[in-house]
Amino acid sequence: MTTHAIVAVGLVKRFGGTTALDGLDLTVPEGTVYGLLGPNGSGKTTAVRTLATLQRFDRGRAQVAGYDVVRAPEQVRRRISVTGQYAAVDEILSGRQNLVMFGRLLHLCPRTARARADELLAQFGLSGAAGRSAAQYSGGMRRRLDLAASLILRPQVLFLDEPTTGLDPRSRNQVWHAVRQLVADGTTVLLTTQYLEEADQLANRNAVIDAGRVVADGSPDELKSKIGGDRIEVVVRAPDQLDVAVGVVTRASAGEPDRVPDTRTVSAPVTDPVVALTQVVRELHAAGVVVDDIGVRRPTLDEAFLQLTGHGAGAGVAS
Amino acid sequence: MTGSTADLRPANLGRGHAAVVDGWIMTRRNMAHVVRAPEEIGIYFSLPIIFVLVFGYVFGSGMGVPGGGNYREFLLPGVFAMAMVYGVAATATSVATDVSRGVVDRFRSMAVARSALLTGRSAADLLRAVLEMATMVAVGLLVGWRWRHSLADALLAVGLILLLRFALTWFGIYLGLLVRNPDSVGLIVFPAAFPLTAVSNVFVAPELMPPWLGTVAEWNPLSSTVAAARDLFGNPGVGGDSWPASHPLLLAVAWPLLLVAIFAPLAIRRYRRLDR
Repeated sequence: MTTHAIVAVGLVKRFGGTTALDGLDLTVPEGTVYGLLGPNGSGKTTAVRTLATLQRFDRGRAQVAGYDVVRAPEQVRRRISVTGQYAAVDEILSGRQNLVMFGRLLHLCPRTARARADELLAQFGLSGAAGRSAAQYSGGMRRRLDLAASLILRPQVLFLDEPTTGLDPRSRNQVWHAVRQLVADGTTVLLTTQYLEEADQLANRNAVIDAGRVVADGSPDELKSKIGGDRIEVVVRAPDQLDVAVGVVTRASAGEPDRVPDTRTVSAPVTDPVVALTQVVRELHAAGVVVDDIGVRRPTLDEAFLQLTGHGAGAGVAS
Repeated sequence: MTGSTADLRPANLGRGHAAVVDGWIMTRRNMAHVVRAPEEIGIYFSLPIIFVLVFGYVFGSGMGVPGGGNYREFLLPGVFAMAMVYGVAATATSVATDVSRGVVDRFRSMAVARSALLTGRSAADLLRAVLEMATMVAVGLLVGWRWRHSLADALLAVGLILLLRFALTWFGIYLGLLVRNPDSVGLIVFPAAFPLTAVSNVFVAPELMPPWLGTVAEWNPLSSTVAAARDLFGNPGVGGDSWPASHPLLLAVAWPLLLVAIFAPLAIRRYRRLDR
């Protein structure tokens, strides 16, 4: 047994002429949430499917929950759950019938399977819809049912492939809450997402993947640091005062300022944020510039992402 | 997950036991589908009923049988078996629908016996065929068909027809996994099933066909089942001196077993290869 829940070394997967995974390396420590970030078609879903024994890879090796994915897939399957981009539930059966069936397939006795189903339905706010067929559920309800099905027994490793894509904020919060609770109980989560906020909220570490390989990894803060440090940002009230503000910010900053007339904003990298902020506030006040907003901030994960992959997260389009 | 009041210890089943339990859960899933979509029951049973009524009345009224006898009594065992052949379409469509949906990904990511989804389909469709047979026998009796030997013989004849259906479920499962498109797989079955049922002893004696076609018809697995069923029901048959015509009972058992031996492993292999 290792202390790593997931170890992947040099995974390669080709579909015909396209290379979905091109030497993917991943090491996920036990009990953490690991975010897999990447644009559409970068190989996130293929990574999850190969690690979850749903798809073979052509080269490389992978271990999940201490077992080799190729040589001991049954052992892996006993210890994982997968909630994919598309809800993997039986559409014709009711929500309750689904959970009872999956519980029975996990070889819970009928009474336990029913009790567990009712518990999970209540936990995910589906008790009222328990008897309706899953086809009549809204997208959010179906995703919650799908996640509930993954949690009938606490999995050692949970794969979440874009779990909140298309969910309303309330459903999204329910999913996040359930994930946090699981991790507190010791489950390891591999999360793919296009929402950088989600990775920021949930993940201890992230890997940014692009074209089937990891281009950067680290904690959210480390990733942000990789593309530069703190920036000072000033929003002025009157557009004609922006030029004065740019001059003030330039004197306090360590690099080229970024000027956005549309939002009356100027920003620039700084080395010592406190000194820079004090100086800028004082000089703007002296110059009589009225300020709507001023502050020092770290770059967002979005900016880190853009910088690392050379293109945006491209949220919205399914991969 | 914390907060569960239930004792969440799964039973520890051996491999064979787990395969049976998982297969039974899948069977119940398929039966629950029928209960939840009752309009499908109408579709399922309309074809066998129409077969019996149309063939029983239209053809059964004015045609003769080679050895003498009532054409309606000659025809109905063939119609029973023919309905089983067309059942392949439903089996293949159900399997293709399953594998085109996400739920199979969940089954495959769980430690569910790899055979369970398929054995569950086969068992559920066999149960459905039992109901279809009961319906067809009832409608057959209404239009004047009778069995002339003991009830035990009649039940054995029904058993042979169901054995053929069971064998054909595995062909249907394989076809569904091969084509994987639920919209088109059913349409493939009909043009294939029509010649299979026509080039047989269902409607006319193979002796009346051109010799080569007659030989094909006599070796058609459907013909063996129909000939054995006619014998057991005590209905008029086509006779004939060829080897298959003189050993219908043996072939009515051997053909289905052979079909299962071929298509069950092929289907399970195909299912395992969904990961490619």
